[in-house]
This record gives sequence, structure tokens and C-alpha cells, in this order.
Amino acid sequence: MSPPLVEVSGISRSYAMRSGMFGRSTAVHAVDGVSLAIAKGETLGLVGESGSGKSTTGRIVLGLEPPDRGEVRFDGKPMATPGTAAWRAQRARMQMIFQDPLGALDRRLPVATQIREPLDIHGLGSSAEREDRVRELLRAVELTPAHGARYPGALSGGQRQRIVLARALATKPDFLVCDEPVSALDVSIQAQVVNLLCDLQVQLSLTLLFISHDLRVVRQISNVVAVMYLGRIVEIGSADDLFARPEHPYTQALVSASPAPGRRSAGRIVLAGDPPNPAARPQGCAFHPRCPRAIARCASEVPVLSAVGGDRQVACHLVTGPRVERRDAA
Amino acid sequence: MSPLVSIQGLSVAFNGVPVLRGVDIALGKGEALGLVGESGSGKSVTWLAALGLLPRHARVSGSVRLDGRELLGAPATELDRVRGGRVAMIFQDPASALNPVLTIRKQLCEALALHRDLQGEAVKAEAKRLLDLVGIPDAARRLSAYPHEFSGGQVQRIMIAMALAGNPDVLIADEPTTALDATIQAQILELLSTIRREMSMAMVLISHDLGVVAENCDRVAVMYAGRIVEQAPSNQLFADPVHPYAQGLIGALPPLDGPRRRLTAIPGTVPDPAHMPGGCAFAPRCALAEEACGLGAPSLAPIANDRTVACIRAEASRRALLGIAAE
Amino acid sequence: MGRYVAIRIGRAALTIVLVVTFAFVVLRLSGDPALMILGPEAPPEVIAAFRKAWGLDDPIWLQYLDYFRAIAQGELGRSMRDGRPAIQLVLERIPATLALTLPAFFFKVALGVPAGIYAALHRGSGIDRAVMMTAVAGFTVPSFVLALLLVLVFAVQLGWLPSGGQDSWRHAILPIVTLSLGGAAVLARFTRSAMLEVLGQPYIRTASAKGVPWRKVVTSHALPNAAIPTVTILGFMVGTLIAGAVVVESVFAWPGVGRLLVVAVANRDLAVVQCILLLVAMTMVTSNLIVDFLYGFLDPRLRAKGAHA
Repeated sequence: MSPPLVEVSGISRSYAMRSGMFGRSTAVHAVDGVSLAIAKGETLGLVGESGSGKSTTGRIVLGLEPPDRGEVRFDGKPMATPGTAAWRAQRARMQMIFQDPLGALDRRLPVATQIREPLDIHGLGSSAEREDRVRELLRAVELTPAHGARYPGALSGGQRQRIVLARALATKPDFLVCDEPVSALDVSIQAQVVNLLCDLQVQLSLTLLFISHDLRVVRQISNVVAVMYLGRIVEIGSADDLFARPEHPYTQALVSASPAPGRRSAGRIVLAGDPPNPAARPQGCAFHPRCPRAIARCASEVPVLSAVGGDRQVACHLVTGPRVERRDAA
Repeated sequence: MSPLVSIQGLSVAFNGVPVLRGVDIALGKGEALGLVGESGSGKSVTWLAALGLLPRHARVSGSVRLDGRELLGAPATELDRVRGGRVAMIFQDPASALNPVLTIRKQLCEALALHRDLQGEAVKAEAKRLLDLVGIPDAARRLSAYPHEFSGGQVQRIMIAMALAGNPDVLIADEPTTALDATIQAQILELLSTIRREMSMAMVLISHDLGVVAENCDRVAVMYAGRIVEQAPSNQLFADPVHPYAQGLIGALPPLDGPRRRLTAIPGTVPDPAHMPGGCAFAPRCALAEEACGLGAPSLAPIANDRTVACIRAEASRRALLGIAAE
Repeated sequence: MGRYVAIRIGRAALTIVLVVTFAFVVLRLSGDPALMILGPEAPPEVIAAFRKAWGLDDPIWLQYLDYFRAIAQGELGRSMRDGRPAIQLVLERIPATLALTLPAFFFKVALGVPAGIYAALHRGSGIDRAVMMTAVAGFTVPSFVLALLLVLVFAVQLGWLPSGGQDSWRHAILPIVTLSLGGAAVLARFTRSAMLEVLGQPYIRTASAKGVPWRKVVTSHALPNAAIPTVTILGFMVGTLIAGAVVVESVFAWPGVGRLLVVAVANRDLAVVQCILLLVAMTMVTSNLIVDFLYGFLDPRLRAKGAHA
């Protein structure tokens, strides 16, 4: 296997959340000891519910936010200090697209100008070359130069997301972080953008970190999938295998909760309780209060992400427990 | 048996722009009907129009009958009795669906006072019972809380409790789980189907999510550009969609298991309601469109028992089906 | 809730201290009080004696503390023009001002709020357009122009009402009308937009969907929510009861606080100016405090934030 392009080791990030003017501040562990490696040309899918820390992880990986602990390495080198020339060069190789394309675009500028912007910022090519590149990018996202002359307000949601994608690709990045890029789109348009992303990834040998709450879309596009719960990765493995045979009770519930045509709801695992609050993380395994199979140990001891055969890693006492005990006995 | 709700030729226009262009729906007693379609297809507008909940500048025409009584143009007092009393509705966004300055008790008891003959303590007891029923823990105390003190999933439960206050015959659930996390969505859908079973209530589940509709409904209607394009029992629709748009929608959904396949995306975008193509509204995006599709809008016609499709090719396939049956 | 109240009161007190300090700094910056009051030709020993008598030789922080102590005891200095205590001069003028601003406040609310609500409920109707056009006119025309216009029509042309002075209730009509029209316009616009915003909220649709009659949807669901932003502007109007009539009092020669302020500024009667400044600050702060409490009362979300804080 090729060496990883992006290597994340043990990153943590917490925020001090203060309620009101004189309120006591509590530490909210948004991300807690997350390690990931994304091989060149591959896609890692990051799934989880709100508050799982998946978006924060994406921002840290891109260097938009510093981790409190841990390190992100890009192409074998640590992230450069923000503001330096090395950092700018590195940033040009990594881009991001978000859920809301209208928010990411300036309503007062024609979209072609906005696609061109990164080229101007990084000083890539002559003026004529930049014009050519913009046309090429528009073609790459299956739009025409006529679309480029329009303003964001005159485009549909799917077209806007294509423009954002074209802009992200302008500097020929190696790495793209996509945070819920198709969640706001209708199913038929979603399929267009997912297909486009898959095609572009192959053509441009892009490496992707694909963040979404939608298991179906994540499976469609990812080689490896990591499931996050309250700031930690609870399970990681190859996409098809993970969704076919989820090991962690939380992954099992997520897969089971994903509705499918041709299946009735009977036998679905329905988790009790509300979505977790990062400001009040339970002791031990953060999932144990909602886990249908929790045992006493889950409430006291944090399970460690451990290999369970193949490329699968799971953080659950029920799955990895006996192994650890055996090692204790030895 | 005559249907509980019968909608015929329902059309809606905003400022002269048609958004609903002749919708026919029949809903039986206790039936669960799914309504799928993309944004702007008119699936929510249909029911808002049926209950007279659209803004005043909307032009509504056609017919909506509840137990044979016409609702369109009915006097306000009669509509107020129907709304919440016979047909209840819950909405997508839990964060803003409840009045932020009134307690849960106020909002629940308001619905009870309107539709049930209860007095004093009995109202409060019933409010508590309803909260218990939808699974709000510590209901007696939580009655005096305000909406912002509940999570999104809990607010949706309270909305359901409020909808049940009038013992309705029909519950219209308009994207009830779209704003919720996956595990909470599963909870709410489970709650809805339990309640529906126990109260033998009819339900209309409006959703853009084919999976949600497929799992929770007996029958599904697919809407496109202000019309129903296909209507069928849900297992049949998902196993064997006939209308090219329904086929496209199902093909666009990435599978969760089995081999990965390239998604069959529908090219182009939904037509602008102000510039609707002549003929079949889906024709410009349809891979199977022929010249005849542009000439006239196809009407919803039966192709088999319990199945209707609005596509000129369906007529051909119906003949083919009959032909097979004859052999 | 207790915490919410405490925080608001603390903030109000801080504002008053800042205003008082500001007044002190401005007064000291405007020159040596001894020289200003005794004049540059005064003999040095007189000046020295004056300084000693008023504590002007003390270090500046001690003077600041003394000044604070004096204010806390209600000692706000004497008018340089007639030697009477400044506070007395100002207090004498308050009833005259309130005689204009209180009725005007009543008319603003009685006219502006219902007009705004009506316009919102009948959006796009002829009445809505008429209300809004009137409101924009009342909003954009400066009060002195409106005042002069009213004088021109009702005093000069028609001769129905006096153009200025304070001899009878008839003298108060034009100033009150001037004040009311502008304020009512602002309130109507504000109430209308607050109401429209609320009427578009999903919870209004929820209320209709559960069968609440429209009249009750408006009164028990829309109005309490629309009241929250409207209270802000009402609070601001309460805050201007004392000093909001400067222009109108000047135009109509009405002997109120506003006119006193204009005269005091012209005469550099600093003690009086300072006194009015303090009084205005106090009313502003008090009305803001009331608005904050009303917010807490009207909006449970704020109450909760204060309680958790």
C-alpha cells in the first residue's frame, strides 16, 4: 500500500464553553485522541451524529484549527506554521467544500470570478492561462462557460455545489475535505454530485476526507469508513465490510436505523435516549448509557480502539474485552 | 368503501405561478400513505392547501373532502374543528414548531380545550397522559417547561402529543425526522408507527427520503413538479417502479449493502414552476422521452390493481402486462 | 432569575458611574473652574482662596472622590447665572416637559402599535400601504420641519392654535402632535415588521394546524412574541421622556428641560448642563433596566440564560 498522504495521530481539541457572563466554564471535548491515516488516492469516510466531532476533525486535518494535542502530517511532513510560505504552498494542495454552497460563495460576484480567485491568490499562471483554467474547471464539473458568467443566485443548489467544487480544484489540490457536501441537495441532484466526485477523484487522483451523517453516501464514495461518537472513533474498517458486518453496538444501531426500501421496520435497533451532549460526556465508554448491551465495565473503563481481525478496529469492551483479559492473564 | 379523505384536482398557484397542478389522492381509514418527491414537488403544499393553511395570496382550486364534506371554502369555524380535531399535522423543524414563549402545558392544553370536552383537572391529567404516551420522562414536571428546554427529538415527541390531543383520524407528518439525527429519527418513526397501530389512525408521511417512506407506509405516491406521477403499494413501487422519474429516484439512492454500482443520476434540474415545459413536466430530464411526451401532460391512469402511473409509456407497459397475463 | 436581576442592576450602576465620571472629566477639561467663574482679572489671592474653599488644591483623585460624594448626596452645584442650585432649576422644568412628553408617549403607543399590527395582519392591502406611507413620511420628516409646518398651517394660516408659549392647554396641542406623529410612525413601522416576522414563524402554522381560531392565534401566539422586539423601542421612548423634546420645546418656546438645556449650553452654565446630563442618563438607564426585566418576563429563553449564568 502506498504511504498515507494524510496522517493524523492522537489529535484532541476541547473548547471552554461558558454559559452567560459569570458562568463557570466547562471543557467540551470536541475531539479526543483521534488517529487516522488516509492513503494517497483513497477516500476516508467519517460518519457520526451531531456533536460527534466529525467536522472539528475535518477542520483540524486541514489546519484551520490547531489541535490541543497530537499532530497532523501531510505528505510525510508536519503542518507548517500558519502564515509562512511553506504553509501557503501546503494549503494550496489541500482544499475544502462545505454543505452550504450559497454561504461559501459571494453573491455579488459572477461565479467564474470566484473560481479564478484561488489562482489569483496563489499567483498561478498568466491572465490568459487563468481564463483557460477556469473554462477547463467549469467543464470538469460538467458546467459551461455560460454558467460561469452567472451569479450564485441564478444557479440551482447542485450547480452551486459544482462551482464550489471547481473553485476547490483550481489549485490542483491533492487532498480535499468534503463536509456534508451533498446533504442539502435533493436525491437526484445528490446522485449527480456524488458521481461527479467519484469521477474527479479517479481522474485527478484526489485523496478525500468525506464527512457525512448519511451512511449510504459515505459507503458509495469511501474506501475506509470511521464512525465517531462523542469525539472518539468507535469503529473503523473498509467501507463495504463495515456496513455489512458492523461490530460496535453504535455502528450496528446506525446501520439498522438507516431506512431501506423493501424492508419493514421490524427488527430495527432503536437506541433509547437523546443524542449525546459533548459538554457532559459519560464516564467510561461514552456510548454506554444508550448501549443495549452495556456491562458494568463499560461505565468505568474507556475502551481502546483495537484491531479485531482484517483491517477492522473497534473500541468496545464487548468486542475486544476477552482479548484484553487474556493478555492480562498472560 | 368510500375514502376518509378524498382530494381531487387540487391546484395551487402563488402569484399566478402554479405549484400544484391537479393532484388526486384518496386516503382510506387507518391507512399509511407516503408522499415522496424532491423540494418544490408540492408534497407539503398539497396538505397545507387541503387544510387551508396556506397564506392568503395562494389560489387554491379543486376539491378536498373529509368523510364526504367539502373542506375547500368551508367556513373558518368548521375548518378550525377539522384542524387538530380530525386531521392533525406535525412539521419538520422541531426548533421553531412550538411557541417559544408559552409553556408545554399551555400549548398542549390549548389543543385539548379546543377539541375535547374536558374541564379543569381532567385537562391537566390528559396532558400528562399524552406526554407519557410519547415517551417524555418525568411528564408531570416537564409540563411547565418551555420548548427551548427540550432536545429536538423531544420537541418532535411533544408535537406528536399535541397532534394526538384531538384524537384525530388522520395525522399528516411533514418531514417529521428530516432535522433529526439518525438514531433519533429511528425513535420517532417507531413512535409514530406504534401510535398509529394503537389508535388505528391514518397517516400521511411526507418525506424526501425514499427509505423512510418505504419502511413506514402501505402505499406511496411519488410527486414531481406539482403532480403525482406514480402511485402504488410501497413494496411494489420500490421493487418495480414504472414511471421513469420513480425509477430515477430509486436508482439515485446509494445502496447500503451488496455491490456498489454507479448511481443513476437524473440529469438536469427540476423545472422552474414559472416556466413549466408543455406536456409531461419530466420529459426534458427523461432518458426515455419521445416526441409525444411534449404534446400533452399524461394523466394518472391505472396500470394494474392499486397502481396508477402518469406516463404515456405506462399505457404500453400495461398492454404488455395484460399480454403476459393472457399468455 | 435572581442572577439575571443582579447582572442587569450591576450594569445599570456601572453605566451611571461612567456617565458621572465623563461629566467630571469634561468639566475639568473645559478649564480651571476658579478662573472661569472669577474671571481672568481676579486677584491671585482671591483665586487661591476660592481654590482652597472648593478643594481645588487637593490631588485630582481626591477631588474625584469628593465630587462623587457630593453627587451621591444630591449636591450638583449651583447655576452660575442665578446662583440657585442647579438641581432645583432642572426639577422646576420637569413638569412642563412631562406635560408634553407623557401625552405624546400615550398617543405614540395608542396610534403606532395598533396601526403596525393592523398593517401586518392585512399585508399588501390598501390600508397597509397607507399606514406605511404615512409612517415613512413621519419617520423621515425632521421634527422641526413638522413643527414649523404645523405652526404654518394651524397657527399662521388658520389661526386656530397659538404658535408658541405656555399660557393654556391649547399651547400644548401643537407640540404634542409634533412629538406624537414622529414617534407613532417609528412604532408603527417597528411593530409591523416585528409582527410580520412572527407571523412567518412555523409555530404560528402549528397553532393554526391544531385548530386555534385565527383571532386567538394572533392574540395568544403572535402578539406575545412580537412584543419582545417592540418593547425595546418602547423602552427607548420612555428614556427620552425628559430630554426628547429639545427641538420641539425650542420651536414652540415651551419652558421645559430641553429649552433649559439649550439656554444653559449657550451660557456655558456647566453645572446645569451636567445636572441635565445626569438626569437624562438616569432615565435612560432606568428605562433600559425596565426593558431588560420586561424581556426576562416576556422571553423564557432569556430567563433561562440568566438563571444558568
